[in-house]
Amino acid sequence: MRYEMVVGLEVHIELSTESKMFCDCSAKFGGEANTHVCPVCLGMPGVLPVPNKKAIDYAMRASLALNCQIAPFTKFDRKNYHYPDMPKDYQISQYDKPIGSNGYVVIRTDKGDRRIGIRRLHMEEDTGKSLHEGVAAGSLLDFNRAGVPLIEIVSEPDIRTAEEARLYLQKIRTIMLYTGVSDVKMEEGSMRCDANISLRPEGSSEFGTLVEIKNMNSFRSVQRALEYEAARQQSVLESGGRIVRETRHWDEGRGVTFSSRSKEEAHDYRYFPDPDLVPLEINQEWVDEVRRALPELPDQRFRRYVEEYNLPAYDARVLVEDLALAGFFDEAVAAGANPKAASNWIMVDLQGLLKGEGKSISEVKIKPSHLTQLIDLIEKATISGKIAKDVLVEVCFTGKDPESVVKEKGLVQITDESALIKAAEEVLAANPGPVEDYRKGKKNAIGFLVGQLMKATRGKANPGLANDILRKLLDGSV
Amino acid sequence: MSISAGEVRHVAELARMALSDHEVEELSAQLSRILDHMETLRELPTDDVEPTAHVLPIRNVWRQDTVGESLPPDAALANAPERRGNYFLVPKIVER
Ligand SMILES: [Zn+2]
Repeated sequence: MRYEMVVGLEVHIELSTESKMFCDCSAKFGGEANTHVCPVCLGMPGVLPVPNKKAIDYAMRASLALNCQIAPFTKFDRKNYHYPDMPKDYQISQYDKPIGSNGYVVIRTDKGDRRIGIRRLHMEEDTGKSLHEGVAAGSLLDFNRAGVPLIEIVSEPDIRTAEEARLYLQKIRTIMLYTGVSDVKMEEGSMRCDANISLRPEGSSEFGTLVEIKNMNSFRSVQRALEYEAARQQSVLESGGRIVRETRHWDEGRGVTFSSRSKEEAHDYRYFPDPDLVPLEINQEWVDEVRRALPELPDQRFRRYVEEYNLPAYDARVLVEDLALAGFFDEAVAAGANPKAASNWIMVDLQGLLKGEGKSISEVKIKPSHLTQLIDLIEKATISGKIAKDVLVEVCFTGKDPESVVKEKGLVQITDESALIKAAEEVLAANPGPVEDYRKGKKNAIGFLVGQLMKATRGKANPGLANDILRKLLDGSV
Repeated sequence: MSISAGEVRHVAELARMALSDHEVEELSAQLSRILDHMETLRELPTDDVEPTAHVLPIRNVWRQDTVGESLPPDAALANAPERRGNYFLVPKIVER
């Protein structure tokens, strides 16, 4: 029997506010242990949490960017459980009235576009961090992250392959980057993901027993964990066994999921409305205000690149998925660069250089206006495309503008016929073999000779002109 | 409406409370009486009453996103059972 996986993802994203969700401690990442704490986020008795307006606005912005509806009435609830990294013994979350619901994102798979539903988006607060390793006496607790605003994005069980799961996460990450509500760094924990996965016979519409997977720290580990878990469940089913509803942890090193066998399995969070926090009423005016402040989102930008600039879909996607690169491209175009030329230079040469150096666009010295100027120099035939590649490298490392680089290094293209004829004659004299080939009818032997002429002029010859002159000399028409 | 000894033990475990058999018995009787009282309240006609999430008729209370002063570490850690540097030290946490 063939099985298919049914996957839903729960993504936690830390919001980039200055202060925490319910107190005015700093929400900045890092800092010495327990220096961003106060009676509210330490869960002292008698304190009064007050929500951060910006965190609410950000949650609304994220909801709208994910095509969610905003709840006109929403509230905060207490999720009760005990864990030492959560000093209040409850987490302030949202239970039955999430701020956002019924959204979706579109991902592009090999089989075309797929719409993945977003069931809900709710606000909550982060917990502290515990350290176990290398401490014999016990565990160490740092509450700097406790109370940092989070949103949790819960997808519908619409994901059918591990690859789709990765694409979905990438899409969520890109959208969040565009909205600016989070820096979404998986390595710093500002984006985290848990997965629910079950198997069912292909074509069936029933759902199998659900297993939750935790502790996946990268998009790649999500994909690997789902692939592993689907294979594990399939072998259990095929040997006549039954899937146990449980939480499993992903072990990155061993590449397996393992059962955590925790006694806390029976989740009994006893949610109830937090009496310390009054409900929120969100009117249309407020929603409209947040909607107006939404920046251009990845899908809109993709359409603009393809429809207005005629970029190939692949190129448009690569640019859109890298916010900094897309911004660089937009600025170069705004400064007057031909969009297709700018995209080509960014996609091929600039990306190649950045990959080789292991750097991002902000870590090299080239500015968007430099690229515009470089393209202009090629279009005016001041330099050849080949020379331009060297100029680009120089600009990236020195930050000098292309025109200065061209002048300083004497790279101006030779477009004067008379200046080239002498060099062309020398090339012909030095290469009797190819010359003879050409004259005997092997017309493509001219390619080699053009190459030699470019080399003789250190790339400064205009390639079209070099070709013309050689042809004329060989055909005896000069 | 009665609450069983098993339910009392479950709730006690969720609340991390160790109860003796005698306390379980006592509490199940007390909690049952509270639930009975709720049953009395349930007799009230509430069909026309909007469910409420809060007893106060107040909405939309918030603060602006500004950073204030946090506690000095010594004050933050003053009630710690034990500390290591600026960390709270607690008995070893078993992996969740
Ligand atoms: Zn605080």
